[in-house]
Amino acid sequence: MVKRPPLHIMGPSLLVAAAMLVPLVYLVLRAFQADPATVVELVFRERNLWLLVNTLALTASVLILTTLIALPLAWILTRTRIAHKRLLTVLGVVPLAVPGYVMAYALLGVGGHYGVTAQLFGWQLPRIDGYTGAVLGLSLYTFPYLFLNLRSALLGLDANLEESARSMGYSEFAIFRRIILTQLIPSLMAGWLVIGLYTLGDFGVVALMRYEVFSYAIFNQYSGAFDRIYAAWLSLMLLAIALALVMSEGLILRRRRLASVGRGVDRQPRPHELGPWRIPAYVFLGVVFAASIGLPVMILAYWLLMAPPDPQFFLEVPVTFARSAGAAMPAAVLAAAMALPIAYYSVRYPSPLSSMVERSAYIGYSIPPLTLALALVFFALQTATFLYQTLALLILGWTLATVALALGPIRSTLMQMRPSFEEAAHSLGHSPRSTFVHVVFPHLRKSLFASLTLVFLFCMKELPITFLLAPTGYTTLAVTVFSRTSEGMMAEAAPFAAAIILFSGLSVALILNREGDRT
Amino acid sequence: MQRALSGLVVLMLIAAAGYLGLSALQETNTLTLYSGRGESMVKPMIERFEKKTGINIDVRYGDTAQLAVLLQEEGEQTPADLFWGQDAGAMGALAKADQLQPLPESLYADLPAIYKSNTGEWVAVTGRARTFVYSPERVSEDERPDSVFDLTGETYEGRVGWAPTNGSFQSFVTAMRHRHGDERTLQWLEAMDANGAKRFRNNSSQVEGVANGEIDFGLVNNYYLPRYKSNDPDFPAEQAFFAPDDIGNLVNVAGIGLIRDAENREQALEFIRFLLSSEAQSYFTQTVHEYPVQSDVERNDNLQSFESLLEVAPEINLDELEDLEGTLDLLREADLI
Repeated sequence: MVKRPPLHIMGPSLLVAAAMLVPLVYLVLRAFQADPATVVELVFRERNLWLLVNTLALTASVLILTTLIALPLAWILTRTRIAHKRLLTVLGVVPLAVPGYVMAYALLGVGGHYGVTAQLFGWQLPRIDGYTGAVLGLSLYTFPYLFLNLRSALLGLDANLEESARSMGYSEFAIFRRIILTQLIPSLMAGWLVIGLYTLGDFGVVALMRYEVFSYAIFNQYSGAFDRIYAAWLSLMLLAIALALVMSEGLILRRRRLASVGRGVDRQPRPHELGPWRIPAYVFLGVVFAASIGLPVMILAYWLLMAPPDPQFFLEVPVTFARSAGAAMPAAVLAAAMALPIAYYSVRYPSPLSSMVERSAYIGYSIPPLTLALALVFFALQTATFLYQTLALLILGWTLATVALALGPIRSTLMQMRPSFEEAAHSLGHSPRSTFVHVVFPHLRKSLFASLTLVFLFCMKELPITFLLAPTGYTTLAVTVFSRTSEGMMAEAAPFAAAIILFSGLSVALILNREGDRT
Repeated sequence: MQRALSGLVVLMLIAAAGYLGLSALQETNTLTLYSGRGESMVKPMIERFEKKTGINIDVRYGDTAQLAVLLQEEGEQTPADLFWGQDAGAMGALAKADQLQPLPESLYADLPAIYKSNTGEWVAVTGRARTFVYSPERVSEDERPDSVFDLTGETYEGRVGWAPTNGSFQSFVTAMRHRHGDERTLQWLEAMDANGAKRFRNNSSQVEGVANGEIDFGLVNNYYLPRYKSNDPDFPAEQAFFAPDDIGNLVNVAGIGLIRDAENREQALEFIRFLLSSEAQSYFTQTVHEYPVQSDVERNDNLQSFESLLEVAPEINLDELEDLEGTLDLLREADLI
């Protein structure tokens, strides 16, 4: 299919790519305001070398740990006869709703002289901070990105492949390694990319854990020196690392053909009996959920019980939630609606331009959110003042930051889908447009739901973009939690943080439930 | 997808209509405040002011540093009339970036010297002092240190707590570098470490450490112990200042400034005057346990007196406390972070 892509695919794709230029242009403009001598000093200092080493070490460790959590989790929850699958799946996604700083506070609060364990049980555990703290903190709430990607890939896998392999005498392990793992590569890559880029740009956890990476240096530049010009240089350097990551993913994925070509119907393979493996499987699930959900919930309960706040705080929760969700929902829909044509364009019409467009979608996600927000402030004030400090700009900001998140699940499914379907539709006289609406779109339902979930949860707890772009007075749950905790008012923050986790968990359950009904 | 798209268009229209509606409602009688201080502390005073004067205040809450950067980005197009920041460094940075305008001298003429900004473009609203917390049971009167530099001595070996990763400790180190130079500051940091100073995460864990008997002294901000004392008057810890003018008694401030292109200058000034009035000042002293900037205020019994603060606080140019990078380098060199 080397045809020219139709306009309804090209148009939105190019629009997103153009929007991604806004933060780039902003950074370059700011960077050139700098004094050359200071720039040389800042860019070529020795410290950047070990910031780079720390950054790469942190990213690699987070990727390894999240894979060790997400891969078994996704396999158990899609391929075995474990009870309460749907509930467990929801629990596997809920950690995404935990704000990074709450997870960091939870981990910091466990050990040490005044840790929760010391106060409740008299055990003094070593404090979790620095490198270990940053790896654990980031992994424990980002692994669902990988889990969701892997899960939708496993659900989309064609059972025929495995069964042919089995009939050819391959062992179960060989099947897993040679068939399943190979098929999972696009979704592993998509998950890794999303987690890796998140790790690169995160301020929250690394700042609380005091682990010195590039993003922490940028954070210090803004918050210690109130400076945005040298921060722009550091952001450009970080962006270079991020783009290297994005490009290498593109290189690995190129020319992979994963859809089966033969005839036959996609079927779900028969689930495995766990048998004696049931106990280790439950232990694994128990440990994962205790750490990723139990820990933050425990710390919130602890804050609440130590100093119960005025009941009035609880009354504010629903309104604040409505504000959060009211902006997060449209952002999720918009991000998914933008990701869909981009994914289709890059998978079905491969060309240098289409891969460039697809890669550009990652710019918004790779840039530290604070920098992205400043870029949009700059953009709105220069060109569209009427947009400034409106809900529309906040939604736009969130969308730019999350198109890449929405892209992963959609792209993986498209790569597994046979082009012959669409070719058949064409030959039956469907226009490209009608093929897309009637043939492609219905196949993508599951992955679209996954995309919506990812973006929605991201926005529910998002801070820097909300701080800078939301209309004045538009406080979201996340903003309330942050401003209370930063004043040391943990008990007053707890109901709002609990609301983020609870309501986001409920939304995930609703979305997954809907997904179930349609299959 | 078409349904999703049309839904989206509707949402956008609603947002746009909402925005237009909102901006039509905004009269000139409304001030916009960017607040780096939390809602829980600011809101009661805003409500009081609105009731008293009929002037409405829209507040944009955020992190002090982020708002300071935002104001610089907005430049003359900012909707803000006022900026209330959590520390002097942020106020100084904004004054330096030419984002504030000079305030009438009458606002700050009567303030004690420790609270004055050199630029005259912002004014202190409350003060937070560095102090030491100690155990009245395990520390005899003559063991109380005169200077933060004394804590490296034998008497204090293994008895002192500090929080090298904490933000307010770090601005204290920045002040020490200004007063005593990098070399002496580094020596002090290394000597403290060698003397077995125990590292804590933050101020309140040190206060608890003193109460639990883990340490005898802690280097903290003034408002943590009063929080414990107001819950439990018998809480087993006390706090005191070092000798007058010691850098260990550094006073940092939260300040408010008038944005250069503020549209509602008169109302904004009225709000600043209200924050400096004895009503607002008493509120900050009693409920937030920070220090007032003027003496006509009911005393907080869990706090050393305002007069003693004026006596001991070192004079430091607060606008200049912004070299965090340099301080972090030093702490790193001493292997403390």
